[in-house]
Amino acid sequence: MSEYRDETMMLKTPFHSRVEAANELNEWDGWSGYTTPVAYTDVELEYFAIRNSTGVFDLSPMTKYRISGPDAEAYLNRLVTRDVSKIKIDRVGYVIWCDDEGQMMDDGTLFHLGKNDYRLCSYTRVMDWMSWAAMGFDVRIVDETSEVAALAVQGPTSCACLSAMGLTGLEELKPFGIKRFTFADTELMVSRTGFTGDLGYELWIEPQHAEALWDQLFAAGKHYMIKPIGSSALDLARIETGFLQAGVDFVPAQDTVRIGRSRSPFELGLSWLVDFEKPVFNGRKALLKESVEGSSYRLVFLDVEGNKPAANSFILVGPEQVGTVTSAAWCPTAKSNFAFAQVEAKYAEVGRELIAEIYYQRELHWTRLLAKCTVVAAAPFNPPRRRQTPAPMC
Amino acid sequence: MTDYDVIVVGAGHNGLVCAAYLARAGRKVLVVEANQQPGGGAATREFADGFSVSACAHWLTHLNPEVKRDLALEHHGLTLAARDLDSIGLDPGGQHVTVKGDSVDGPSISTGDKAAYQEFHRMTLKFSSLLANAFKLRPPKLVAGNFSDRLNLARLGLGMKLMGKQDMSELLRLALINIYDVMEERFDNELLKATLSFDGVLGAHMGPRSPNTVFGYLYRRVGDVYGFNGPAVVRGGMGGVGAALVEAANSHQVVCRTGVAVQDIMLKADRARGVRLVGGEEITAKLVVSNADPKTTFNKLVGLPNVETGLARRVKNIRMQGGAAKLHLALDGLPEFKGLSAQQLGQRLVIAPTMNYIEEAFNPAKYGEYSTAPAMDISIPSLHDASLAPAGKHVLSAIVQFAPYALRAGWESEKDKFKSLVIARIAEYAPGLEQLVTASELLTPVDLEQEFHMYGGHWHHGEISLDQIMFMRPFPGATQYGTAVDGLYLCGAGTHPGGGVMGLSGRNAAREIIKRGNLA
Ligand SMILES: Cc1cc2nc3c(=O)[nH]c(=O)nc-3n(C[C@H](O)[C@H](O)[C@H](O)COP(=O)(O)OP(=O)(O)OC[C@H]3O[C@@H](n4cnc5c(N)ncnc54)[C@H](O)[C@@H]3O)c2cc1C
Repeated sequence: MSEYRDETMMLKTPFHSRVEAANELNEWDGWSGYTTPVAYTDVELEYFAIRNSTGVFDLSPMTKYRISGPDAEAYLNRLVTRDVSKIKIDRVGYVIWCDDEGQMMDDGTLFHLGKNDYRLCSYTRVMDWMSWAAMGFDVRIVDETSEVAALAVQGPTSCACLSAMGLTGLEELKPFGIKRFTFADTELMVSRTGFTGDLGYELWIEPQHAEALWDQLFAAGKHYMIKPIGSSALDLARIETGFLQAGVDFVPAQDTVRIGRSRSPFELGLSWLVDFEKPVFNGRKALLKESVEGSSYRLVFLDVEGNKPAANSFILVGPEQVGTVTSAAWCPTAKSNFAFAQVEAKYAEVGRELIAEIYYQRELHWTRLLAKCTVVAAAPFNPPRRRQTPAPMC
Repeated sequence: MTDYDVIVVGAGHNGLVCAAYLARAGRKVLVVEANQQPGGGAATREFADGFSVSACAHWLTHLNPEVKRDLALEHHGLTLAARDLDSIGLDPGGQHVTVKGDSVDGPSISTGDKAAYQEFHRMTLKFSSLLANAFKLRPPKLVAGNFSDRLNLARLGLGMKLMGKQDMSELLRLALINIYDVMEERFDNELLKATLSFDGVLGAHMGPRSPNTVFGYLYRRVGDVYGFNGPAVVRGGMGGVGAALVEAANSHQVVCRTGVAVQDIMLKADRARGVRLVGGEEITAKLVVSNADPKTTFNKLVGLPNVETGLARRVKNIRMQGGAAKLHLALDGLPEFKGLSAQQLGQRLVIAPTMNYIEEAFNPAKYGEYSTAPAMDISIPSLHDASLAPAGKHVLSAIVQFAPYALRAGWESEKDKFKSLVIARIAEYAPGLEQLVTASELLTPVDLEQEFHMYGGHWHHGEISLDQIMFMRPFPGATQYGTAVDGLYLCGAGTHPGGGVMGLSGRNAAREIIKRGNLA
């Protein structure tokens, strides 16, 4: 029984004591059963920490599956749409997986930790599907979400912060690479990955060392303007760089109830992750068919006129509604009013002009705005330092 | 170039029927069978020197007349040693009940029950005729069906309407309830109710109070529509069906290789391209048709890693745990059953004195135990066919329920106990039986699985219940004999319409393949 009658029933991450102390706004949200901060101090300041110095995000609630055993690679290759055999040891791959109908269930990052030893990080909890998919394979799947504490350290000074903390040689780590360090007599795994589209790292450690890690990181990063960030700032950053969010930009197929509400990788612009040359994988047949017959929808990036974010807008062609916006934001660094929308496939070519029907409110007064927008090929934020090795140590 | 147009895996009767139809339509066909003897569950087995029985199926009740005619099975040697036999419900005191076509008789049967049975027979035959129509056609797809699917569905609906309002609503009512309730509604005589209801649970993991048992009963009665007025005995045992089918297949230049098992079905991406035999030999074909049950086909021959997860999951979810064992006895002479004449001994004998007896026999099966008082379907085929036993001697064959596949205690240690118990139970009706037994064997579902390579030793290659028939058989997505693996078809009892020595799964599969035409 909890000591306080108003104690939350939510789970706490291994960093909770530090997160709670830093959370001046006391704004919390739920993430897979964990309580996580929406913002600590000010969303804009946190966002600018990501873009100009270093932002630290507690990503411990991220679902983590450990997949090992003699058939681990074969198993994953049947599970996800890209060729897992091409992801070398100590490398990370962005992967997506589909059901038999070729509809997106989720996306995630796959960490190749050793021979036939992987960690899959995902948004959804899909143990049932993972177990079904394991029939006929000699694999062990363990949900290690609560056994691994994780921090995202993102931004132009992130490498400098971490080096200052003693992680020497980190600047040589290539994007999607993994490097192991010793921290407090345990292993600290660092991957050059993230959800911000910038230079950045993710740190993975046993939960009992989480608080020490946080303390040392913030001590080392003090002069680099390190700052904890909440989910709102992160969301802004990921939109600016064009990263999809499961549950927002597509509904995981297993959660859809109505026919036609799920989406295929082609419809989400992820065809580069689908490899028909590799052995059988879930969704292959349906996706092959779709690749021949064409898709119904298309996720597009829109450059929207004006500065009103086109959140939840209808997309129009003349009077006809041809799509809806799934994510939208005024992106401060790129200085762009940017949106992701799902539109009927025939309206998706780059350069196409569409209309966003935007509603916004000022002091209880609603205004409707028809903003011109243009389909663009890529998201506006994509700095060279994201890919540079050695990483900048500014 | 491939070695064959089509390779059929398994020479069960359905595999042979399918092969013969395909070859008749001009395809170059190879059949590969693991066992030495073709026929699968339609097989004869010499279990003791000079004594043979039908090893698995022992009554011919369902053979589809069109299949028989198209493949000229009589010309190829299929002969019946007896047909239109009665079913006799045995009474421990000798007050037996005899079901003879549309009538029922016995010292304990009232005139009311006699009349009620005639009405029941009329009505159920009507329902079974409707089923027989559906059995002939590939099951329609429920979603995104094409025109002919919709037509088939419409025909089924129309067929129901044409039965008349009263019968139609009765069918809709009966289809979902259990045979126990139906028997209670219509008849008084306990033994009659039990004898009839046993037909509803034969080969199934069900007791009379289980749902789907009315359907099971109607399924069996489809044989009546095919011109059987009661079970028949095949000369030379059920292997006679297999042998005639091999002759028929040979006459159309089908190549049959027996005694060699298929190790796996070779794939290129998600397309079947042939088979690899145990020993390594590879044979290619444009199409592979599996007569093996769907679980064996996907778990073993295709391999679950080679199909998508949703499919693997559907295969896993097929319910197919056998619950019927087979007892074979070599007898030194003709046994005497209390109150049965020698002529009556040649009929189908049923040990199921009351419906509760069957239900109580079923109860332990739910918990992985065998019945201590099992229900039985007994045949003494040597009375009709002297070739099965040396002169003056006999064989007895019994289907015994319930003997669950997954026996908790394991069959090795329990088998002999169970066998003695079964023999003792028959001896209660046939005193002195034990002294006549010179050899005996009991085939549990585990043995049946090993001998005939049917997963779970299941009679129908998958339970016959409303969730696993028609457009749900063997599972959604593989209902029209084709599968998600291009170039791989199914033709065994696991497909629509289902098990029993009927030949329709094989015929329907062949028709579908011929219809789709494109072998490339
Ligand atoms: C105890 C019992 C009693 C029964 N009694 C009756 C009855 O009285 N009347 C009746 O009509 N029905 C009866 N049945 C049902 C009937 O036997 C079956 O439904 C029927 O035989 C199924 O025929 P099939 O051709 O579809 O499959 P099967 O007869 O099972 O044929 C499949 C064939 O495939 C072969 N095979 C499998 N795997 C491989 C491989 N890897 N390589 C090569 N070959 C392979 C098998 O050896 C087998 O020959 C009974 C069943 C049981 C279990």
